[in-house]
Amino acid sequence: MTPARPRRIRVNGDTRPQLPRHARLRFDGTRQAWVLLVPERVLAPDDIAVDILKLCDGARRVDDIVDTLAAKYAAPRATIDADVVALLQDLADKGFVVAARDTAE
Amino acid sequence: MSPSPTDAPPALADPTDGVAVLEPRAGTAAYGIPLAVLAELTHRCPLQCPYCSNPLELERAGAELTTAEWQRVMSELAELGVLQLHLSGGEPTARRDLVELVRHANRVGLYTNLITSAVLLDRNALAALADAGLCHIQISFQGSVPDAADRVAGLNGAHAKKIAAARLARDLDLPLTVNAVIHRQNIDQLPDIIDMAVDLDADRLEVANVQYYGWALKNRAALMPTPAQVETAVAIVEAARERLAGTLVIDHVIPDYYAVRPKKCMGGWGRQFFNISPSGKILPCHAAETITGLHFDSVRGNRSIAWIWQHSEALNRFRGTDWMPEPCQSCAYREIDYGGCRCQAFALTGDAANTDPACTLSPLHERLFATAEHEATEGTADFVYRNFSGGTAAGGGRRR
Repeated sequence: MTPARPRRIRVNGDTRPQLPRHARLRFDGTRQAWVLLVPERVLAPDDIAVDILKLCDGARRVDDIVDTLAAKYAAPRATIDADVVALLQDLADKGFVVAARDTAE
Repeated sequence: MSPSPTDAPPALADPTDGVAVLEPRAGTAAYGIPLAVLAELTHRCPLQCPYCSNPLELERAGAELTTAEWQRVMSELAELGVLQLHLSGGEPTARRDLVELVRHANRVGLYTNLITSAVLLDRNALAALADAGLCHIQISFQGSVPDAADRVAGLNGAHAKKIAAARLARDLDLPLTVNAVIHRQNIDQLPDIIDMAVDLDADRLEVANVQYYGWALKNRAALMPTPAQVETAVAIVEAARERLAGTLVIDHVIPDYYAVRPKKCMGGWGRQFFNISPSGKILPCHAAETITGLHFDSVRGNRSIAWIWQHSEALNRFRGTDWMPEPCQSCAYREIDYGGCRCQAFALTGDAANTDPACTLSPLHERLFATAEHEATEGTADFVYRNFSGGTAAGGGRRR
């Protein structure tokens, strides 16, 4: 009866991350800041985190996201890769990032 | 429930993780833009829990805000900068217009959290709420043992209905928090309660010890756990957190009578959060009406919610630190915990400005601790059940 839900996902280059229903990224006009709304909390992502989260659309792979950001910031790919994976893994452990499934949903 | 909103502007993100929890900056204004609001849509409820957080004097159905009034309120909240709306009660699903209200909240950009007993929810109702944009559901449980849980709720069959509703919610992919209200008569079920939350595929579990206001204060002798029980529970939660990392988040609220420091109640009075009663009164918290002599403004008056947030006499009464007498005024922790809870200070000392006796610096702390310990070992198991006629005593089985 317990629905199968991907738990403890391991973020790697092929993961296609997306935000679940209960994690909503939006720009708050009143505070002029991006916020990530999750149950019982409001998170304040920094500029880089916002850039990463905006690319988590369930279609792009982590490798694609890293490529995009490495170009944008003109930074070494390995550095960006480490930052992106660390951020997404942390949020995934908290349940605020999930992996899109292979089949269409 | 324990919303943890804060005022703006956002704190700098922690460089190690890039996503920090929004926290108020130390030493800024006494209050900011409220992040979250608790909307008590009704005081009607099919349950009669003896620790209900509603006031002893419940508001009748006829006094409740209408659908249009709540919708107007939600639009104003969004404009004011409120981000999250907790829909509570009473039992919010007793409102027939709940789906319409969720849809409106979603439309104006509010993140919606439904705080419910779930005994009135079937698949259709849950599906309609999910379609309307509900972001998260929090279901209260009275324990993990059906008969014992139903006795606390004062409703036969309640536990089975909650289990069914929780599974339906997960089937619909609604994120779920299990809110387990803990007291002496169910604290020993904690390991089972944790297993139950995992089995229900919950995202979060709140192990929420009863806080003693209103109905719970009336039933304190039947509810207060022993210090040894609380210690055991802390160890169980810590072990479970480690074992279930990445599967289940566990928040633990301990009974503050046994604490060293008082809780930072509501993140500070009128600082980042407010409550709207079924009839539209704006309160700094759901228990604030227990403090006599305060006047609370209503959304039904001719003032905007933004005006009330800034100018309400009741909200301004205990904002910041200027109002504090000693020992709070010179205390190094005064902006950490704001002297604890005003409602508890009033209930236990007769003066809402006093230091919360949960604080070890309160002259009353030792006596409070002794009272709690005494009640935990000598108290009856009988409850006074919550209802509109001021409470009904009912036998509750053995003393323990």
